[in-house]
Amino acid sequence: MAGSAPIRIGISPAVLHDQHGAMIDLRRYLEGKTGRAIELIPRSSYRETFDLMRQGKLDFAWVSAYPYLYLQRTLKVRLLVVPLFQGRPFFRACLIVPASDKTTSGLLDLGGKFFAYADPDSFSGHFLPRYELRRAGKDSRTFFAKTFFVHGQRNVVRAVADGLADAAYVHDFAWDALAEHEPDLAAGVRVAARSQEYGAAPIVARANVDAADARLLQRVLLEMADDTEGAALLKGQRIDGFGISEPQAYEGVGRIMRAMGRP
Amino acid sequence: MSVLDLSFRHKFPLWGSFLVIVTALTVSATLMVETYWELEEDLEINMGTVARALTPQLFPAMVRDDVWAAYEAVRTPLRDVAETDPHVGYMENVVVVDRDMKVFVAAHPALARMQRPLAEIDPDYAAAAERLRSGAEGGTGFFKIPGSRRAFFHAPIAEGRAQLGTLLIVVTEGAIMPRFLVIARDGMAAGALILCILLPFNWYWGRRMAEPLVLLTRRMRELGRKLPERLDPALYTHGDELGSLFHTYNKMLAELEEKRELERQVVRADRLAALGQLAAGVAHEINNPLGGMLMAIDTLKRQTITDVRTAKTIALLERGLAQIKETVSALLVEAKLKSRNLSHSDIEDVLVLVLPQVHKKGLHLDWRNAVDGEVALPATLVRQVLINLLLNAIHAAMLQGQVACHVTIDAGRLRIAVTNDGKLLTAEEMGHLFEPFSPLSEGGHGLGLWVSYQIVHQLGGDIVASRNDGQMHFAVELPVGGEPA
Repeated sequence: MAGSAPIRIGISPAVLHDQHGAMIDLRRYLEGKTGRAIELIPRSSYRETFDLMRQGKLDFAWVSAYPYLYLQRTLKVRLLVVPLFQGRPFFRACLIVPASDKTTSGLLDLGGKFFAYADPDSFSGHFLPRYELRRAGKDSRTFFAKTFFVHGQRNVVRAVADGLADAAYVHDFAWDALAEHEPDLAAGVRVAARSQEYGAAPIVARANVDAADARLLQRVLLEMADDTEGAALLKGQRIDGFGISEPQAYEGVGRIMRAMGRP
Repeated sequence: MSVLDLSFRHKFPLWGSFLVIVTALTVSATLMVETYWELEEDLEINMGTVARALTPQLFPAMVRDDVWAAYEAVRTPLRDVAETDPHVGYMENVVVVDRDMKVFVAAHPALARMQRPLAEIDPDYAAAAERLRSGAEGGTGFFKIPGSRRAFFHAPIAEGRAQLGTLLIVVTEGAIMPRFLVIARDGMAAGALILCILLPFNWYWGRRMAEPLVLLTRRMRELGRKLPERLDPALYTHGDELGSLFHTYNKMLAELEEKRELERQVVRADRLAALGQLAAGVAHEINNPLGGMLMAIDTLKRQTITDVRTAKTIALLERGLAQIKETVSALLVEAKLKSRNLSHSDIEDVLVLVLPQVHKKGLHLDWRNAVDGEVALPATLVRQVLINLLLNAIHAAMLQGQVACHVTIDAGRLRIAVTNDGKLLTAEEMGHLFEPFSPLSEGGHGLGLWVSYQIVHQLGGDIVASRNDGQMHFAVELPVGGEPA
């Protein structure tokens, strides 16, 4: 019975969850390779993905660094695979500003401006800028004139390109993918700075997920880069492939989150 | 000369064209103004629809301070406009302001930054903020800023009594003008097309109306100098006032011609009467001494004249006097002479008399004699008239031509009608036909018709010459048993 039930994978705003065309291609690919029905369940906020996982409505989820730590702590999820960028399971956060802004070179230049956060539970899109400001002795609540959440990597770019926000953080792989798919939109912004490396957005497995399903999906994802169709799908997301990673890769994120009072 | 003095030929088409153009312009202008109003009304309705769709999304977004949700909402109408309306950008901005009249979010953040007081954006926005703040624009509505190209549609973002802010849709003149211009251009093209059809038609019709009037005027102007020609009824066949004017004009002309003809006849009759009197007077005056001279010559002849020269002279005198007597007696028509009554054979005798000449010219004679028994008219005189007319007709007829002579009695009047197919007399010749010593007479002394005229008139009748069907007609009418005048 377990073999015939669909495999449910949550897609959080860590990746370009609103690229519905790419999502359909990915589902078909996975169904072809696993021989199983696959459900990709996109949500606009991490919080919603958390809720689905908590309710047992997801078997796996593509989240990002802090959501992984949160889910590991609360629901004991395990790392299944991590995306590889230039062969390594890490990403950098990019500080983007409107293309018309030629002067900003770092977060500290943005006092009194509007800052867009990707998601309340996003490490790079929310906690990282606040952490950096705190380290510089600033309070993010008063440093910016206004902050707001825009839910998703693409919206982050739109908010800055439209001039609604003066700056925001975006994943470098999401930014690269967007720059390729929507050059007009990407042309409206400029990358002002890049952070150091942090553990990339992993795909996690529910604690009590069927072991055979986990092995099956893990194998398919790990082998994805080896066949043409899979490689094309990965390239669309600017990912080289998937690899195995250890929880230690997220130690840097965990340290910052503890410093921000989120163990 | 002012425009009003122009001929109808120009005035009708010009006036008609003027009216056609004025009408076309008035109708077009009215339609265009109405279209403009309708477009404005449409715009207000559209803005209302947009506002009704947006405010329910904006209220919760403002409650949660969710800028992005509000932004996504206010972007929607602009995206729709860009996709569906060719006149992109008439919706300049969609702005959400909070209760302090500061921008909460705007569809074009670059034009209205978040948190900026509305009054500081630019003077138009400042005026709008002032109107909203003063409460002059309550609820939902549309207002223009005087002297500006912008109009503002506003709707409260509220639920129940809780109003969090105001939705402002900023519209530029482009909202209406480009669409209006397209409609106006199409309208004007249609108007021009109608003018292209109506103006030539009007021109034709105007001239068609004016031509008969112009012609009529020209003829009327001639009336003082001479009798103008009649108007061709085919020129205007309709039964309206103009048609009736035509008819009346022709009728008047006919009456004038009749009157003039009557006058001419009276003049002619008077002249002939005067001539008759003169001739009779002269003849009487000549007749008396003439009688004496002839008696003297008669007496002389009875004596024996030996002198040859004298005898010759006397003979010469006698012949001369005889010729004078003959002429004078021809002039002196004496109708009061006693004569026997006219009978059938008197008329037939005339036929016998003229037949040799009829045969000589190879004529076809249509002869009818309806006189039966005795008619109380002097036979000699009637015969004289008949012979005159017949000989004239035979003389005038063509070789192998036609001559007709009908003598009839009808309602107590004897009628003689003599016709020939010879050369027709001119109107001028007809006018002097019955005068003595007529130049028309060839061979005779030109007294035949004059004598006939005198006889007929002395018998209380009438003689008329006319041209009919290419033939000359002479008609005599004599009252039977009437006393000679």
